[in-house]
Formats: sequence, structure tokens, C-alpha cells
Amino acid sequence: DMDMETDQIYQIDVGNLLAFNPNHRFSSAPSSREELVKECVTEGTKLVQAIADTLFNLPSTETNDGPLVQLPPPTTKLPREKHLPRPKPPTKWEEFALKKGIQKRKKDKIVYDETTDKFKRRHGYDRVNDDNDIPIIEAKASDEPGEDPFAKRLDDKKKRVGKQEKNRLENLKTAAKAGALPSHVQLAVTGLPISGTKTQPKKIGKEALGDVAGLAATSTASGGKFDKKLPGEKPPKKQGKHHKYLPVVPRYGWVDEEKEQTNKVLGKLLSKHSHEILNVGKAINMYNDKKEKKKSGRSDKLKAKKDITKKKPYANKAN
Amino acid sequence: MMEIRTPKTHKAKRVLEKRAPKLVENGKKTLILHGTKTSATLSSVLMELYRLKKGGAIKYSRRNENIRPFESGGETSLEFFSQKTDCSIFAYGSHTKKRPDNLVLGRMYDHHVYDLIEVGIDNFKSLLSFSYDKKIAPHEGSKPFICFTGEGFENVPELKQLKEVLTDLFRGEVVDNLNLTGLDRAYICSAISPTKVFLTHCAIKLKKSGTIVPRIELVEVGPSMDLVIRRNRLPNEGLRKEAMKSSKDKPKKKVKNVDQDDVLGKRGRIFIPEQEVGKTPLPDKSKGVKRERREGKLKKKNKEEGSASKKHKESE
Repeated sequence: DMDMETDQIYQIDVGNLLAFNPNHRFSSAPSSREELVKECVTEGTKLVQAIADTLFNLPSTETNDGPLVQLPPPTTKLPREKHLPRPKPPTKWEEFALKKGIQKRKKDKIVYDETTDKFKRRHGYDRVNDDNDIPIIEAKASDEPGEDPFAKRLDDKKKRVGKQEKNRLENLKTAAKAGALPSHVQLAVTGLPISGTKTQPKKIGKEALGDVAGLAATSTASGGKFDKKLPGEKPPKKQGKHHKYLPVVPRYGWVDEEKEQTNKVLGKLLSKHSHEILNVGKAINMYNDKKEKKKSGRSDKLKAKKDITKKKPYANKAN
Repeated sequence: MMEIRTPKTHKAKRVLEKRAPKLVENGKKTLILHGTKTSATLSSVLMELYRLKKGGAIKYSRRNENIRPFESGGETSLEFFSQKTDCSIFAYGSHTKKRPDNLVLGRMYDHHVYDLIEVGIDNFKSLLSFSYDKKIAPHEGSKPFICFTGEGFENVPELKQLKEVLTDLFRGEVVDNLNLTGLDRAYICSAISPTKVFLTHCAIKLKKSGTIVPRIELVEVGPSMDLVIRRNRLPNEGLRKEAMKSSKDKPKKKVKNVDQDDVLGKRGRIFIPEQEVGKTPLPDKSKGVKRERREGKLKKKNKEEGSASKKHKESE
């Protein structure tokens, strides 16, 4: 059967309405552009026909707009656009409830109020156990005489609400740390810390401290050489070029290193192979450049130009 | 000082929830923009690509000087736009002497560049240059057929990547139910050489045939162009693995302690752990019992039980 054969050769993904024919070979030297285009469209038609064959044979339901088919899930794997949703870490209360074995209980919207023998709603207008409705608060032995118990109740409530908000913020922070912040919540840093409050001092590394100490030491009169060092403090690193000066007067019985060093250099310069060591051309250029620079002088526009017409104040006296 | 910010309107909340990472994702949106210079062909390519993907694409008309997708610092603007518009595919067009009619197709993962492929456009034919019967013109937003022909798509890695990117670009939303009368367009991509792909857009004509399956006829409606592969960047392996992860990847866990029997049907076995009545946390709501007292009580009980069981065992 021709249809069965082509299905086996083509790779069809019905879920994506995608078809791929890996076996067709296009000629490397097409006859003309139109011929090539025609060939592509013909091949394309075959592929679309192959998908349609599978598609129209799926079970369909009739609706007002036309036949509706249930597409199978796509088989080609394509990368996601966002990461998979991460599981939310349990909140402090959830951890506590898990430990204690506390189950969530569904609360009713309407509760029976004993004081008025009626059914009232739990939250909202005319609610059960409204804080504002209490007319009389009985004094206890522990109460102070000047304290207003109504104000105290309001204060306590404010504190409880504040604590809850703080806990909520902490829970959201842990969720944000785990990358599982709920989609509609954003944690924003509102402002810089208030001046005068203790900010965390920036932690400086060991090396940086050493460098700074070295810098400070150089500002002393003796360049930090005789400064008292703390136990464990390393001697300062020598800044600048490192010279090794050989002793001028050699030790008894030892070779005169300094003399040898200079003789070596002199020997190289005066030998018959000196042209190989000394690049005479470069040396001449360097000398000439230096001379020219000195001649031209510094083009300092800021430097006050000497007025040659002005005589020196004590010139006559010298004469 | 941190502050919790939540949306004040329902509409804002719905938008945020739509953009949040989900198990089953929405269709990818395309961002179309161009660089400092564009040619006539390139600007019409971008315009027509936008028309083809109307409803799932956003086109920026200003030129962007600091976008260089293949350079390390030149992607920041793209990532910012991707974040703002919630687009995870982009088509960036530019025209330079070295790379004329250049189009960079790229994808994003978590609003960071995932992979890139750069193609040059040759032999572009605008959709206005095609003449056809207007009755068969495809409707906006209809789900297309996508066809690939040529061994190049399997053998050449750049063409393989291009195939994947084009599928992602043209696919649109993944749907469960499809209305068969609404199938009216097809994208035909043919690998005419190891570096060239011929892309064309056709309308579908359904002709009567003897069976339920109609006979398909394709009519070119445009645009059509040749895509010449220039540069590409594949995603690094770790990122690719993470992006390809799906929730259904985990193999089904073997259900333990359940066996099917022909006579008795489905049987399950339940194991009850040893109930240590003394250790179950009971809520003691009486005010006088504080934690130290509670713990002290428990300790006492355990001691008594221990000695009681010992006595019991000794007596046996």
C-alpha cells in the first residue's frame, strides 16, 4: 500500500502538524528556479497529505463550526521557555503543624453567637466576637491603676498584626531564596538603610589589609622600616625596582664579583661580535630622539613664557 | 528594608500569573526587531514575519544599536526586552557590508539566551507579489502544517538546529482539540544544499476525494526566501538538559503492596506501625500545664511503663 510505505519513510508528528522527509535528495545543479520551487512544493504536498491522512482518520466530534478532533500530544521535544515551577518550602507554621500533627480544619462562614443567640458571620460586618463591641472590661488584680484597658487591647492587636506581617515577610524571603516566590508577589527593597544605624562593615581581605598597612608605613619618616610590627605581620613588600648591588670591596679570598660583572659587560661591547649584541641603528635613533626632545622643549602652554626683553634684577650688580 | 508588593488590580494579577513559570506553558511569543541598518528586503521580511505571526508576536520599530547577539555583552538589551514583553523567541535583522540581509533567530530560556542561528536571506519574494484566489487566503492565527524535506536536516548539525528553531517559531500554541475546517496554511522548508534552505508559505486547498481524507493542494501565497546558514551557537549541554526537562519525565513508580487477583480482585496490604500511646502528642489545653510540666509527666509515664512491662515479662 503506497500510503503505508510513505508513512514509514516520513517522520510525522501529528500533535505539532509536523512532517519530515529525510530521504529526498535535491540535485546540486537545479535546472531553473521555477523547477526547484515546483519540486519543493510537490514534496511538501506529499508530506501534508501524509499528515492529513492520519488527521482525518482520528475520531471527530461534530460541532457548529466543523468537525473537531482530539490531537495526540506532540512527540518532538522542544525546549521550555521557563524553568519548571519549583516547590514552595514550608512556612514556619506549616513546619510546626507537621511536627505537632495539627490538621487543618475548615471553618464555617456562619457561627453561632451565644451572647445574642443568633447566627452571625465569622468575618466582616456584624461579626461574631468583634473587639469593638465589648462594653465593659473587668479589672484584674494584676492591672495597673492608670492604664486604659481598651487602648491596651488595641495596642496588643497592633503588635500581633505587626508580628504576623514580619513572619509573612520572613516566609516570603525563604521562598524567594528557594526560587519559589508566588507569581503575584514581588519583594522590593524600599530604601537605603537610615543613616546612623549600624551598617555591616565591609569585610576586607588579608592581602588588602597588608597593602594598606604598607602604604601607611611609607608615609613615616623612615619609610616604615623601623615600625613596630604586630605578631604575625609580614615585612612590607618592597615597592619599585629590585636592585642587587654587589659589594665593591670583595671579601678576603673571594672573587671580586662587581669587577667581574663590569668586565663582562665591557668585554661584550668591545668584542668583535659586539655588532650582534648592540643594535647600533637603534642606539643612534634613541640618541637622536632624546636630543630632539630636549631641543623642542616642553610645549607647556601653561608654563609662563620667559620675556627676554625683561632684564634680571641684579644683572647690573654682577657686572 | 524589604517590602511585599502585590498587584492592586485583578487584571495585573492575571497578567503576572500568565507570565509565571508553569507546568504546561503558553505558546512562545516572538520579538521582531532590527539593528542600526536594514535593507529594503530585510524590512519587508521582518514585516511579513510579523504578519504571519500576528497575535503571537511583537514588532519593535526603532533601531537598536547595542544589540550584538553573538558577542558576550551584546545580549543584555535582548534579555531585557524578552523580560518586558515575555517573548522567548526573537528575530533580529541587520544589514552590513560583511553580512547583507542578515537575520538572527534566537530562543530564550528564563529570559537568557539559549541558542542562536544566523541566516542570510536570498531570493526574497514578498507576499504581495503572489497572485492567488483571495478565497483561499489563510486566516490569521490558524495552526499551520510544517514540512521539512531533505536529508540535510538530519545530517548537518546547523540545519538540524534550524529545523528545531523553525518548528518553535511557526508552531504557535499547543492545542488539544483542532477544528479541521480551520487548516489553511503550510510552511514548506526544503534543504536544497547543506547550507541553504528554501522556505515558502502556502495556502491549503482541500479537494474532494473518494475517502474521508480530502486531497491536498498547496498554492504558494508567499513570502518565500532562501535561508543561507551563516553562524550559529548551540546551547551548552547543562542548559539544554534543564530546558528539555518536562514533568512527565519521571518513570512511573512501582506501586507496592497492591496485587491483582482474579478471584478476589485488587488486594492491598496495610502495615500499621507500632502505636506508642504514651508518645502521641495530645493537645493539653489546660492553662496550668506548661511545657516543662508536660515533658516531666511524659518522662514519668515512660519510666512507669518501662518498669511495668519489665514486671509483666518477668511474671510471664
